Amino acid sequence: MTSAPAESTPSPTATTPTLEARGVSKSFGSVDALIDVDFEVRTGEVMALVGDNGAGKSTLIKCIAGIHPIDEGEVLFDGQKASIHGPKDAVKLGIEVVYQDLALCDNLDVVQNMYLGREIRDFIGRLKEAPMEARTADTLKGLRVTTISSIRQQVASLSGGQRQSVAIGRAVMWNSRVVILDEPTAALGVAQTEQVLQLVSRLAEQGLAVVLISHNLHDIFEVADRITVLRLGRNVTIYDRRTTSQETVVHAITAGVPTKVAGITSE
Amino acid sequence: MSTDGATVDAAPPSNSLGAIARRRFEALKAGDVGTLPIIVGLVLIVAFFYSKNSNYLSAGNFTNLMTQMAGVTTIAIGVVFVLLLGEIDLSIAYVSGIAGIVVAELQIPDSSWEVKGVVAIGIAVTITALIGGLQGSFVAFVGIPSFVVTLAGLLFWQGVILYVIGDAGVIIIEDTTINNVANYFFTDKVGYLMAAAATALFALSTLSGVVSRRRHGIRTDNLILEVAKLVVFTAIIFGAVRWANQERGFPLAFLLVIIFLVFWSWVAERTAFGRHVYAVGGNAEAARRAGINVKRIQVQVFMISGLMAGFGGVIFAARLNSVDLNAGGGTLLLDAISAAVIGGTSLFGGRGRVISALMGALVISTVANGIDLLGYSSAIKYMVTGLILLAAVTLDAVSRRRLAQAGR
Repeated sequence: MTSAPAESTPSPTATTPTLEARGVSKSFGSVDALIDVDFEVRTGEVMALVGDNGAGKSTLIKCIAGIHPIDEGEVLFDGQKASIHGPKDAVKLGIEVVYQDLALCDNLDVVQNMYLGREIRDFIGRLKEAPMEARTADTLKGLRVTTISSIRQQVASLSGGQRQSVAIGRAVMWNSRVVILDEPTAALGVAQTEQVLQLVSRLAEQGLAVVLISHNLHDIFEVADRITVLRLGRNVTIYDRRTTSQETVVHAITAGVPTKVAGITSE
Repeated sequence: MSTDGATVDAAPPSNSLGAIARRRFEALKAGDVGTLPIIVGLVLIVAFFYSKNSNYLSAGNFTNLMTQMAGVTTIAIGVVFVLLLGEIDLSIAYVSGIAGIVVAELQIPDSSWEVKGVVAIGIAVTITALIGGLQGSFVAFVGIPSFVVTLAGLLFWQGVILYVIGDAGVIIIEDTTINNVANYFFTDKVGYLMAAAATALFALSTLSGVVSRRRHGIRTDNLILEVAKLVVFTAIIFGAVRWANQERGFPLAFLLVIIFLVFWSWVAERTAFGRHVYAVGGNAEAARRAGINVKRIQVQVFMISGLMAGFGGVIFAARLNSVDLNAGGGTLLLDAISAAVIGGTSLFGGRGRVISALMGALVISTVANGIDLLGYSSAIKYMVTGLILLAAVTLDAVSRRRLAQAGR
């Protein structure tokens, strides 16, 4: 990669990106899912990742999260080259993904879900419920999630917004640095969407680097600082939310960079 | 529950007795019936048979019932784990027969492979645990549905039993250690001492829970309710020992059942392993993403199933002082699975408790025992047990639907 489009737009901070992907390519058989893609997110910002279906958003996220190995390119964490060979490596670095289908167990309660797979236990393998319950309450309180009446109720009994809050809470509880949210508001009503978007902004305020994947430009323009557009597996560009419009982004998603298209004049 | 989307700060639920009773009643209305139907069912069953024959509640019949149900309950504990995972194990009955054959073979006096009774039991249950692990490996690593793998196991191990016992038709067990498993009864004094020890352990575990929650500044459970639980527990355990002491005494077989129940309940509810079993049964994909080794859990659960089937088989063999061609046959498989299901463990995975093995086995055994006592035929026994199983599964399906509707 010779020129990095990421540098062509003003970044909110001058620091090195917390997470950076450089020239990432990935193909599945004869299908090129990602071609020479660059991506970055910095501490304290919400970076939106948008693109039409099949643009490569999910593939890029899965490459970063260690689910798919990348064919070419590299991933940098705090400016250092990171070797991510599996989901555990990503988690170790502090990268957490909240998947669209949430990956919560309906038959377990909130505390049990928050600690699933990372339970606190004593030397004979016994679960230490009290500290887990206390810390779950603290984490949710820190995120100002106040609608869950009892953290000992089964997740099955929670509303969509509450479930999303639990999933996000679980992602941020582990000293994570980067939180990737895949379509967090896709299945939610208006009030619950608002609740989750507030939570997303709060994560950035608390010093996390947040990646928000969404189809909903209204949501993105409400919380994102910058917007990375992918189209057909390639970078289109990165927009600063304050200096762009929804129309521009829609155009970039569907047709690519405006300047490359004949007949479109800049404002 | 708070309204969706509103950011009202919901007050933490109160833990006064009134509030707990109210919540329990609300849950009941929503379809979360818990153990209530079984307790009601048991009371009805006992009342019915007692009205027909007053010997039903005699101490002799009580100790008899305890030894009768020990084997099935033990096997059903393994079934609970398999069902929690959302799988099934159809091989348990004949695998239990394999354990019976192994102990019987290993105690044949003056044979070159004769070992001490305890060693024979240890070898037998190790073998059945490995059989379970082998079958579980086919489920986990080859991806064959457990129904098919264990159906193959059912046929295979039945064949092995017929092959090994062969023309002899029966192996007599003379080793006293093995036979004592199902035929030893504690003296009155030892029985009371054990009841006291159990009560002390129960109190200690309650107390440590309360202390730990206090230390972390979380609201403790209602103390009056905890004390009430302790009192009821003490009453039941001393009552049972006193009742048994009027006759032969408290049976060793049932002490083993209680030890199994306590240990496996602890594993299911207090360890990370148990939590992961529930997680895999509830949402295997979520469990996998949370970093849980789903395949390992599957193999381990089938090992537990094999292990408990093995212990159950030893209890059966000891009770008959022999193993014959019928080892693991008859209605044992269906009784063990029915016990877990009637006790409230869902066939769909993720819901149920180890204690349901005991509750279900109690229902099945009290019915079977009563029908035998009244001299009715096996035909009646099968029909009644079948209807109870259908009722239990219907209740499970209906309560699941109501729970789904209530959004719980």
